[in-house]
Amino acid sequence: MSTRDKRLYLEKLSVSFDGFKALDELTLLVEPGELRCIIGPNGAGKTTMMDVITGKTRPDSGTAWFGRHIDLLTLSEPEIAQVGIGRKFQKPSVFEQLTVFENLELALAGNRSFLKTLFARLTVAQLKRIDSVLEIIGLAEHVEVPARILSHGQKQWLEIGMLLMQDPELLLVDEPVAGMTPQEIERTARLLQSLAGEHSVVVVEHDMDFVRSIARQVTVLHEGRVLAEGDMDRVQNDPRVIEVYLGA
Amino acid sequence: MLLVGRPIKIVRSERASTWFLFVLAAVAVVVPVLNQAVPESSAFHISSYGLTLIGKYMCYAMLALAVDLIWGYCGILSLGHAAFFSLGGYAMGMYLMRQIGPRGVYGDPVLPDFMVFLNWKELPWFWYGFNHFSFALLMMLIAPALLALVFGWFAFRSRVTGVYFSIITQALTYALMLAFFRNDMGFGGNNGFTDFKDLLGFDLHSDATRVVLVVITAITLGAGYLACRAIVASRAGRVIRAIRDAESRTRFLGYPVESFKLWVFVFSAVLAGAAGALYVPQVGIINPSEFAPINSIEVVIWVAVGGRGTLFGAVAGAVLVNYAKTYLTGAFPEVWLYALGALFVLVTLFLPRGLAGILTGRDKAK
Repeated sequence: MSTRDKRLYLEKLSVSFDGFKALDELTLLVEPGELRCIIGPNGAGKTTMMDVITGKTRPDSGTAWFGRHIDLLTLSEPEIAQVGIGRKFQKPSVFEQLTVFENLELALAGNRSFLKTLFARLTVAQLKRIDSVLEIIGLAEHVEVPARILSHGQKQWLEIGMLLMQDPELLLVDEPVAGMTPQEIERTARLLQSLAGEHSVVVVEHDMDFVRSIARQVTVLHEGRVLAEGDMDRVQNDPRVIEVYLGA
Repeated sequence: MLLVGRPIKIVRSERASTWFLFVLAAVAVVVPVLNQAVPESSAFHISSYGLTLIGKYMCYAMLALAVDLIWGYCGILSLGHAAFFSLGGYAMGMYLMRQIGPRGVYGDPVLPDFMVFLNWKELPWFWYGFNHFSFALLMMLIAPALLALVFGWFAFRSRVTGVYFSIITQALTYALMLAFFRNDMGFGGNNGFTDFKDLLGFDLHSDATRVVLVVITAITLGAGYLACRAIVASRAGRVIRAIRDAESRTRFLGYPVESFKLWVFVFSAVLAGAAGALYVPQVGIINPSEFAPINSIEVVIWVAVGGRGTLFGAVAGAVLVNYAKTYLTGAFPEVWLYALGALFVLVTLFLPRGLAGILTGRDKAK
């Protein structure tokens, strides 16, 4: 299997801001359907890596391929979203005044021009799609509830649902469980695990218990490089990791 | 299968809409009867003055709808909608001036009186075609649309939002007022247009014509209301509310936010223009003071009082505040402006969703 069969293939990415090396020849592979957790102390380059993948930041050098044919470094932010990379930011951003259903409806793939949306009617296939996403994110009972009265956790799930509406092949999720109750964390873990397989999922997270509960593969970043990679037990017992991160 | 085959409740103000359209239809039927068939001696008779008042209120309601659509739903506080209203009014006024023909004081068959007075020898080019009603009708809608398109295109493309947008819309209407005050603009200077005789050959001073104008205004208001409701209830309407609540998030989802704003702004301007065009033949005058910045602000107050973000609220606010204005400026003329200001403050503090908020009880859900 050549490296180009990976879902996401980052090679020797370097980004520096005013001399500070945010990414230093970072190389990372993500398999199709994999659930990968990225951990690391502050400033390790986690967010910068996500920014490079989604086109928000351009690297100084290196390559970033999405699948076999798509060179991410040549695409704009909206184009990257179009080819199937969805990003969930840390802070939930849903449309508070719209209902859960309307939030998902607006996230549907389709023509976004004024006139097209003015006369748009939901097809049965689209309704089914919304239906299945509601099922996945566990908000089926709240279809007609305005998003503003959802709990923090429910808003996060709704936003993940909005990403799912576009059926992305790769989901980037930034600190999904920050501020969640233990019950919500548990549900989020199940949600992310259920997404893996059909989608590749990359999760950046600080909460080590959460990472332990979901991850099969963990990547530890430090100073813009991959410090260690492997399953949770191996990573946790790596002396270098203990030194920079876990042991602290 | 949870959703398929199940009706989804999207428009919540459905019942209020039905009531409003019912009342509007009743006005269109009952007012003509009360004016034409009920004798003047009866307490139920509606005088010519009453007709004008009802027609005026309905024009204001249409203007309020226009402002509600752009402000209440799209979150863009336009303080310049009187400009679109006035442009529609001026286009109608130009037609009515041409209709006077040789019956003016100076008896010139082509030139309106004020041009003769200014010693002009021929009609300026921009007056051509206004002797045809169909052309004038088109201009009543196109002139406001064009202004909104050009202004909105620059403003939205430059990402002018919030209070900055409000301020430049005030500047826009103020600049137009100053321009229309000038005699050499060719729009009658500070006197504007008045002394209209007839519309499509019907005498504007007869009650029969006035009754028909009231009915036409009611129909146009109803159509405008239905159009607004169709927009609001469509997916585009949900995008518009999404823009109001989280503009950059909407852009991130891939919606061309600027284009949505522009469409809504232009539609809103056309609606305001139509209101102005119907207003002028009923009140019998149009002059530059219609462009006054305060007029645009007043419309915003009507909408705030009625309840922004609900279409029937905008209509109710326009009618109620203007009824109060008619009464108070008659009974206690010096009190009106204070009352209006106090009303706005009270509504902002205690009724953020306006009167419609009390009716639908949606405040509780917050």
